[in-house]
Amino acid sequence: MALKTRTRSYGSPNRFEVASWYFMRVSGAALLVLAVFHLFYMHVIAGVDAITFEWIVNERWNGPLGMFWRTYDLALLLFALLHGANGARWVIDDYIHGRGANLAVKSALYVLTAILILMGMQVIFTVPLHSQQTALSALVTALGR
Amino acid sequence: MRVTLRIKRFNPEKDEKPWWGEYEVDVEPNDQLLDALHKVKWYQDGTLTLRRSCAHGICGSDAMVVNGRNRLACKVLMKDLGKKVTVEPIRGLPVIKDLVVDMEPFFAKYRAIKPYLINNDPPPEGRERLQSPADRERFDDTTKCILCACCTTSCPSFWANGDYVGPAAIVQAHRFIFDSRDQATAERLDIMNDMMGVWRCRTVFNCVECCPREINITKAIGDVKKAILEGGVR
Repeated sequence: MALKTRTRSYGSPNRFEVASWYFMRVSGAALLVLAVFHLFYMHVIAGVDAITFEWIVNERWNGPLGMFWRTYDLALLLFALLHGANGARWVIDDYIHGRGANLAVKSALYVLTAILILMGMQVIFTVPLHSQQTALSALVTALGR
Repeated sequence: MRVTLRIKRFNPEKDEKPWWGEYEVDVEPNDQLLDALHKVKWYQDGTLTLRRSCAHGICGSDAMVVNGRNRLACKVLMKDLGKKVTVEPIRGLPVIKDLVVDMEPFFAKYRAIKPYLINNDPPPEGRERLQSPADRERFDDTTKCILCACCTTSCPSFWANGDYVGPAAIVQAHRFIFDSRDQATAERLDIMNDMMGVWRCRTVFNCVECCPREINITKAIGDVKKAILEGGVR
């Protein structure tokens, strides 16, 4: 419950907040397409049984539409993580008011988000094109780290 | 008909914590809830404390939580409330006594948006500042606000963070931002673009649901967000 009686002054315009609000609209619309089609493709077109490391590396990332899929997966990775992390940032700002605690939780969120994005990008970028055997081993090595 | 009113009572000079008072009153179906509260205060328990003034849904004094929703006691009829009615003070503002809350934090946010026409040019010689019906229409909805605080005190963002300027103040800002006669659009958009301005709105729509004036508040907030994004009113 908000029981403060002190008055805060308003009027420090916040460019980042405008951008973040706009980003949430754009990424939300994009995710609606990206995430829904991702699920549809994996579950209906490909089928759950077909999803293996080998299939992803050979058919998806090195197939005729390899670059498309890598871009698609990169977009899904970035939009989903940044959209989710920004939403979590809003929740933290709403409910954690102590300066120190707010900073600590938000820092943890940023570090976690950065690690997840870097891990995902490492896999997408380090699996070589048209080199199926090494691609698979690179993927396995990347995931095994 | 006979109804039971469960009213959240709190007297800071006597009570350690709020308690529920139960009162049985006879009312006509077309009586306002305010009439029923008057029956309690005038004939059963004179210590019951509430705010009201005009009793016709215009002054905005008697906002309270009725059966879990923010309503004006003078705008809701007993026939629409059932046999058991719970009444609590509006949430998110300090309770002074019973149904009376301290409105100062709410009005401080209202003052923060500069709720008055700012135009440094003198009006045309011998006449008022004219405005086309189309220009007037742009902010017509937000002129209806009576500052009852139903919206702001129904907003989870405001409950969670009392620094949030709140829907009522944004509605009032919208009323001037989209007024073609006003010259302080940029200044007010800067106020709205504060970290605790429009960006705390999560489009929960509680404000729209409870507004006794039926203002489309979330749309007004969306208009302001869009104006900030576009760098001004278009």
